[in-house]
Amino acid sequence: MAQILAPSSQWQMRIARNSAPASPMTAKMWSSLVLKQNKKGTAKSSAKFRVFAVKSENGTINRMEDLLNLDLTPYTDSFIAEYIWIGGSGIDLRSKSRTISKPIEHPSELPKWNYDGSSTGQAPGEDSEVILYPQAIFKDPFRGGNNILVMCDTYTPQGEPIPTNKRHRAAEIFSNKKVVDEVPWFGIEQEYTLLQTNVKWPLGWPVGGYPGPQGPYYCAAGADKSFGRDISDAHYKACLYAGVNVSGTNGEVMPGQWEYQVGPSVGIDAGDHIWISRYILERITEQAGVVLSLDPKPIEGDWNGAGCHTNYSTKTMREEGGYEAIKKAILNLSLRHKEHISAYGEGNERRLTGKHETASIDTFSWGVANRGCSIRVGRETEKQGKGYLEDRRPASNMDPYVVTGLLAETTILYEPSLEAEALAAQKLSLNV
Amino acid sequence: MSLLSDLINLNLSGTTKKIIAEYIWIGGSGMDLRSKARTLDGVVSDPQKLPKWNYDGSSTGQAPGEDSEVILYPQAIFKDPFRRGNNILVMCDAYTPAGEPIPTNKRYNAAKIFSHPDVAAEVPWYGIEQEYTLLQKDLKWPIGWPVGGYPGPQGPYYCGAGADKAFGRDVVDSHYKACLYAGINISGINGEVMPGQWEFQVGPSVGISAGDELWVARYILERITEIAGVVVSFDPKPIEGDWNGAGAHTNYSTKSMRNDGGYEVIKKAIGNLQLRHKEHIAAYGEGNERRLTGRHETADIHTFSWGVANRGASVRVGRDTEKAGKGYFEDRRPASNMDPYVVTSMIAETTILWKP
Repeated sequence: MAQILAPSSQWQMRIARNSAPASPMTAKMWSSLVLKQNKKGTAKSSAKFRVFAVKSENGTINRMEDLLNLDLTPYTDSFIAEYIWIGGSGIDLRSKSRTISKPIEHPSELPKWNYDGSSTGQAPGEDSEVILYPQAIFKDPFRGGNNILVMCDTYTPQGEPIPTNKRHRAAEIFSNKKVVDEVPWFGIEQEYTLLQTNVKWPLGWPVGGYPGPQGPYYCAAGADKSFGRDISDAHYKACLYAGVNVSGTNGEVMPGQWEYQVGPSVGIDAGDHIWISRYILERITEQAGVVLSLDPKPIEGDWNGAGCHTNYSTKTMREEGGYEAIKKAILNLSLRHKEHISAYGEGNERRLTGKHETASIDTFSWGVANRGCSIRVGRETEKQGKGYLEDRRPASNMDPYVVTGLLAETTILYEPSLEAEALAAQKLSLNV
Repeated sequence: MSLLSDLINLNLSGTTKKIIAEYIWIGGSGMDLRSKARTLDGVVSDPQKLPKWNYDGSSTGQAPGEDSEVILYPQAIFKDPFRRGNNILVMCDAYTPAGEPIPTNKRYNAAKIFSHPDVAAEVPWYGIEQEYTLLQKDLKWPIGWPVGGYPGPQGPYYCGAGADKAFGRDVVDSHYKACLYAGINISGINGEVMPGQWEFQVGPSVGISAGDELWVARYILERITEIAGVVVSFDPKPIEGDWNGAGAHTNYSTKSMRNDGGYEVIKKAIGNLQLRHKEHIAAYGEGNERRLTGRHETADIHTFSWGVANRGASVRVGRDTEKAGKGYFEDRRPASNMDPYVVTSMIAETTILWKP
């Protein structure tokens, strides 16, 4: 993760009536980005990518493209808002769209909506309405023009957050005065794996077999080393277009696995941006005809898992003498290791083994430049005496609202007893 | 290839005042849409000023061969999203040369009901949720489903995204923009519970325009699936077994229901509907008995029931409406292949004109 620079201020969506519409990611661009199958000369790549974006069989021209890319702004003030929410499993994303008839500038101007919670495991059939509260707006990279994506969270008709709504609690933590004053920054490194559609085997891997062992694939190029770059690149631009704070991307150690980073974001923005970036990724893989997996250990054996390392700093950590605050934060985290681990993603025990650049799930450890630890502190931070820390424990399927909220709560609001502190300091050899 | 698309997309407004009007009508089955195009000398915005036309009714099961002319009366104009420019789509209904509506013309009767002073005074609003299924062209099996097999059970597909959960989004998205362009009051879309099934909503529309807009939206959908090489099905239960059916839930309100104290009017209206359950059901779509089983978020076809936020009832009232004491209700009984002229006018008739 590169050095944290100043984050962009909370991005406000301005939808002016007559603004020149931004050109959308046209269907033509998508189809040119669609992974080409069976290129002459590539013996290894056996993946067949079926484009679920439906294409005309017998027509000589695809007239649907014209309709998909239609710029409606000369004909109507109305635009389309895609409301996005998290479903009953805590990791499935759902969305539906509605027409909005006049320009808006702030999420609070958008109407609340509702959906059938009995179809997503979030409500019983006889009382099925779940209410959507719009929370953050992004430009729609698929529809272009003035159309938007809206990140929402979910409530009962009485106004209570439903159990799977983790944003509500995080928003509470991030509006606590002590937390606000510390201006918490987050940089989240989202790893993910691409799978072939019908076999659920990673992209680029021979069906019924394995590629050569890990080594050549990390940040590599070449048809025998990099599988699915089109998705990573399309996702990068789509997120930047949407206004998501993507800071970089790279190919990962396991072939078919990628990573992108979102940040630095302040407080609740980190969660909103990660969830929208996941939705955009799901839409892009849908068009490309590959399956997105956020499983933390997609393939057992000598293959890396997928994590969601979370880089974190507070105002105090970033200022002169911040290294002391970082050590105190690590101490607090060590005392709440179990609470954090249980909230850091389902199936994480398959990934945090102590091998493959992870720390064992049962033990809390930290170190400078040590990728085998729970918490890693960068050499720059140690040298300058201020900076940030990297929590390497979260799994790729973690909920960023939960993780960012917990990090802020444990390091800013939680007060351990003096004896507990002293014991922990000794255990970790931390002079705090 | 590029020459053909250049010609299709030619913008004529620079060279001529003439426009192309696509006349659309409903054929003999009551569900098949037909259309043909003609040139007009200039832009027309009032359907009453468009010329009447005629077609060969013996080719659509609507007239005998020896007396085959059926007359088209233009009723509503929309912009043509396929030809664009100044070109238009025209929704028509069908009459004998003597001026009588032919039997399959359901619009005529609906228009009479909607012009009745008691009904007009109540300004009836409709929001129709049209569900439909996309099928692979030659197999008549839903798109995205493995041939000879089934996908994983329902759960992940409702409003889902991802290549393993959403099949055919391009059709749905292009339909959305095409309808907005055409001037149809399309209010939203979503992926449905069964994979390959989608829904769009039209409304709120007043009176007879609900039917016009829904029929033209269906026509646009048929044209888009033609381009995409998939088949659209409005069958209410396309796949037997543990798979949802397709409906056309109709949301409805009158002026009295939308004003303070409207909740009482709503309950009275629901009472009327209960007393005419059989008549409504008979007109709510062919094959609906395969869909209204009491499972898969439907109410059993033989029993009338209603409830707040209850998706297993015949009529559902939203929590917002209950709380505010006014609003609208949702008739969940109509099948996806219902005729909106029939359903909308029948609901108005039963709740406003009919006295038990």
